[in-house]
Amino acid sequence: MRYIDGFRSGAAAAAISEEIRAIALALEEKGASPRIMEVCGSHTMSIGRYGIRRIMPCNVSLLSGPGCPVCVTDAAYIDAAVELARRGVVIATFGDMLKVPGSTSTLADARSQGARVHVCYSPLEAVKLAGDHPGDEVVFLGIGFETTVAPVISIVKRASEGEVRNISVLTAFKLVPPALEALAADSRVAVNGFLLPAHVSAVIGSDAYRGFVDAHRLPSVIAGFEPLDILLGIKGLLQQLADGSARLENQYTRVVRPGGNPLALALMEKYLQPADASWRGIGTIPESGLELKEEYSGYDGGKRHGVATTGGNPDPRCRCGEVLRGILLPGECPLMGRECTPAFPVGPCMVSSEGSCAAHYRYSR
Amino acid sequence: MKHSEKVLLGHGGGGRLSRDLIAEEIVTRFADGGPLQGLPDGALLDSPGEAIVFSTDSFVVSPLEFPGGDIGCLAVHGTVNDLAVSGAVPLWLSLALIIEEGLEMALLRRILDSVKRASMEAGVQVVTGDTKVVARGQCDGLYINTAGIGRKIESFQLGVERIRRGDMVIASGTLGDHGMAVMAAREGLSIGGTLRSDTAPVHRLAARAAEWADAVKFMRDPTRGGLASVLGEIVQEGSFGIELIEGAIPYDQGARAVSEMLGIDLMHVACEGRMILICSPDAAPGIVSAWREMPNGAGAAVIGEVTGEARRLILNTDIGGRRLVDIPQGELLPRIC
Amino acid sequence: MCLAVPMRIKEMGEGGTGVCELEGVTCQVDLSLVEDPGVDDFVIVHAGFAIEKLDREEADSRLRLFQELAEMRGKIPSDQ
Repeated sequence: MRYIDGFRSGAAAAAISEEIRAIALALEEKGASPRIMEVCGSHTMSIGRYGIRRIMPCNVSLLSGPGCPVCVTDAAYIDAAVELARRGVVIATFGDMLKVPGSTSTLADARSQGARVHVCYSPLEAVKLAGDHPGDEVVFLGIGFETTVAPVISIVKRASEGEVRNISVLTAFKLVPPALEALAADSRVAVNGFLLPAHVSAVIGSDAYRGFVDAHRLPSVIAGFEPLDILLGIKGLLQQLADGSARLENQYTRVVRPGGNPLALALMEKYLQPADASWRGIGTIPESGLELKEEYSGYDGGKRHGVATTGGNPDPRCRCGEVLRGILLPGECPLMGRECTPAFPVGPCMVSSEGSCAAHYRYSR
Repeated sequence: MKHSEKVLLGHGGGGRLSRDLIAEEIVTRFADGGPLQGLPDGALLDSPGEAIVFSTDSFVVSPLEFPGGDIGCLAVHGTVNDLAVSGAVPLWLSLALIIEEGLEMALLRRILDSVKRASMEAGVQVVTGDTKVVARGQCDGLYINTAGIGRKIESFQLGVERIRRGDMVIASGTLGDHGMAVMAAREGLSIGGTLRSDTAPVHRLAARAAEWADAVKFMRDPTRGGLASVLGEIVQEGSFGIELIEGAIPYDQGARAVSEMLGIDLMHVACEGRMILICSPDAAPGIVSAWREMPNGAGAAVIGEVTGEARRLILNTDIGGRRLVDIPQGELLPRIC
Repeated sequence: MCLAVPMRIKEMGEGGTGVCELEGVTCQVDLSLVEDPGVDDFVIVHAGFAIEKLDREEADSRLRLFQELAEMRGKIPSDQ
């Protein structure tokens, strides 16, 4: 696992950590306490899994933004999936969606009551499932950021090319750059720099952030998900803050190119168009989602089966919206570890293993 | 008379078919001079010593056959291992089968052969059993229950309450291979390769550790929930904590590869042929080197230490970080998120 | 949400698929989203799809940097 383990070396981590401490000390002398936000749940997970917060100098805070598509999926979306499952539609989904609470129940609840909910590793499993059960309607839960969109939309490609007829996608895709814009525009969100996602950036390319960085003058570094990638990303952000610069930097050059992945982007372009999207706990962000174009709307699970995916009644005590913007730290939420635990989550941030509350519950309490 | 190549509901009906199934498939494999010969409802056994240990476990696995094993050997190893970590020498097993109508007879035979092979290798005898057939859809192919009786090794004085700060935590080999091999073998994932389940009996490891019996305080086979569950549970019970060293925990590279692909923490993943042992520090080097000489303990290593920080299970990561280790929530799901 | 691992393409298959390998573990992967995939290329696999190629030169040069950092750090005590 050269290209995994090589990026987890303890000795190199110690060296980079020392550099980080030196820069942080210089910043501290200037009275600066940098707040760095990661906007990708896989960063949140890695930071937890490798205990990176423990390495950080005390004046550096790492905040988790709205980077987990499970966490930002509306309660109404879950409600729609549960409703379809109860009607006898076969639901195919990534494992993470199973325990996300909707307004009243989860897909795991529906499954225990006899609904057919099939957990997939790849969207192509859903195509095979549909092919194997031609008498059933299969709906794939199309959640995800840019990384996952092209793999999911391959379902529509295959269906529209005639491979299977009985499958559709319930879309709730989310886009990272509009969310960054919304965060930067929110005055309550006090962030000094962004750690930008690895694999979203692999798809959209580093150039996709140029406008954002130029407009808001916020240091931004694209970093991989391995611990040394993250440490280098943090070091890069702190260095920019120390130098008083605000650039877009790409630390994940082994995968991310300026223009991204043209084939994935072309596939997305062919089948999808921008749409306003509702982010759980945050609200609607203009053009921050993707929906199927009119000519492919027959593969839109919501339209095909007549279910709506916006609105819903999430638990009013839930403060995930504030957590997702870095206004409230997971440990500051009064529900943390009491009413809200991974076994009985109140809000979505506790559900996904990459959710910031779940990561806090697991790794930091 | 032509035999059916599938198990029929009638095989469990108590009539001629049942009798044939037991006579041809069970007795031929397990009777060898033992109490099964006359098909009694119970086995008459000589008392093996002062104290016995009695354990039972049920086995449900999908797929029934997976790289490195099947539900048959798993059912033997599972109960043998429960006896072993309770400080006993396993002697006798019961074998109860719940078969779904329509199961391929050839598959059933392979699994029964595997039960036989595993029990012979472990030196235990199947002395009583039962067979039921249920209608299609009422079980998933085949469920097995085994119960076992073992002779208590008198010198062992196991007990979580004896664990003290400074004690060492030892793993007998790579962790998580079984769970990852089974998950990789599931339909739909199209994952293949060299990864094998670790399913195996651990009673010889336990017997070897008995040389240091006074020093050994705790033994457990990390099945469902893996290392994190075993250690997470005992730190909850006690007045101590445990610190693990990430780099010291033995993992198979193939299991690591699958865990990276599916986003699963190997500390949460089941083993079926491994043991976690806690002992006083002076005994640890001896146990590790004794285990390393045994085929089942080649990967043995000290993986951590008992601390005075009550109820905290902490992992010191390779990159110099520290974090709490959580107990898994239940069902392990492949995630891409 | 973007769990993905670098894997080596072991075999090219039909219809834009291939078999990828990591530490002896193989997996069917859809390669239709990467340009000109070939055997021994490393790709980043997410949800059964290769979403990008891994640039090995970039990766190796970064690994050399880590090696140097580790060695420099290892030398400090003996230099003093």
